[in-house]
Amino acid sequence: MTAASTRWFWYASPQTFYPLAGTIARWCGIAAAILAVIGLWIGLVAAPTDAQQGDAYRIIFVHVAAAWMSMFLYVAMAFWAALGLAFNTRLSGMLASAIAPTGALFTFIALWTGALWGKPTWGTYWVWDARLTSELILLFLYFGFMALQAAIDDPRRADRAGAVLALVGVVNIPIIYFSVQWWNTLHQGASVSLKSAPSMAPIMLKGMLVMALAFWMYSIAAAMVRVRCIIRERGA
Amino acid sequence: MSDFLAMGGYAWYVWGAYGVTFLALLLEILALRNRSRKT
Repeated sequence: MTAASTRWFWYASPQTFYPLAGTIARWCGIAAAILAVIGLWIGLVAAPTDAQQGDAYRIIFVHVAAAWMSMFLYVAMAFWAALGLAFNTRLSGMLASAIAPTGALFTFIALWTGALWGKPTWGTYWVWDARLTSELILLFLYFGFMALQAAIDDPRRADRAGAVLALVGVVNIPIIYFSVQWWNTLHQGASVSLKSAPSMAPIMLKGMLVMALAFWMYSIAAAMVRVRCIIRERGA
Repeated sequence: MSDFLAMGGYAWYVWGAYGVTFLALLLEILALRNRSRKT
């Protein structure tokens, strides 16, 4: 076994990961706070009022970043759950459980800010269109995962049961992402894509990316604090 | 300042979105702090 792979396995033990999680949480928390201040300043002050949507468009800076996080976090949760199922490592399941509540939170934020953006631009808070419905299903998948884990007393069994649910639910992620292409929806297409040049002003793009980075840092910090709680609670 | 708060007439939508986001994150931080203290 090479030195690098032994080190990864060394961190796969909850006891050795515990202090590392604390360090990551501290630095990511600080980074999140700084990035959020910069992102809020760009989004609420520096970015000019939109010609078509007025100031209502400013919701984009939280909405898009939260929607990205809701999907990324689900994939991260399913990834750790799958790793736990495959290798039976304790820490993987703990990480999956630690990510779920933050993922659910960002899903809720994406839906809430979307509703408040939908009203002034579409004239309605909610429509049962493909993008909105699949995002709502994502929220229920997070809730289902947490409820299932909470219902099983033995943590190792709870991890395995949750992992199966998380993996089945992964199918919903491409559905959310491609829903705006596959179906004729009210929701607009992707604002940012790797293939084409961004269709928005550079300052708006900058604000969105800074907010997304802030949410990333926040999510990592929250998951690390929570995984430390889980490690302590399970007496590992 | 009042122009800023009015958000061009979209105050409820913009501040409703930002406010609830802030509140949700704050609640998670408080819940985590609470959980950390318990164990």
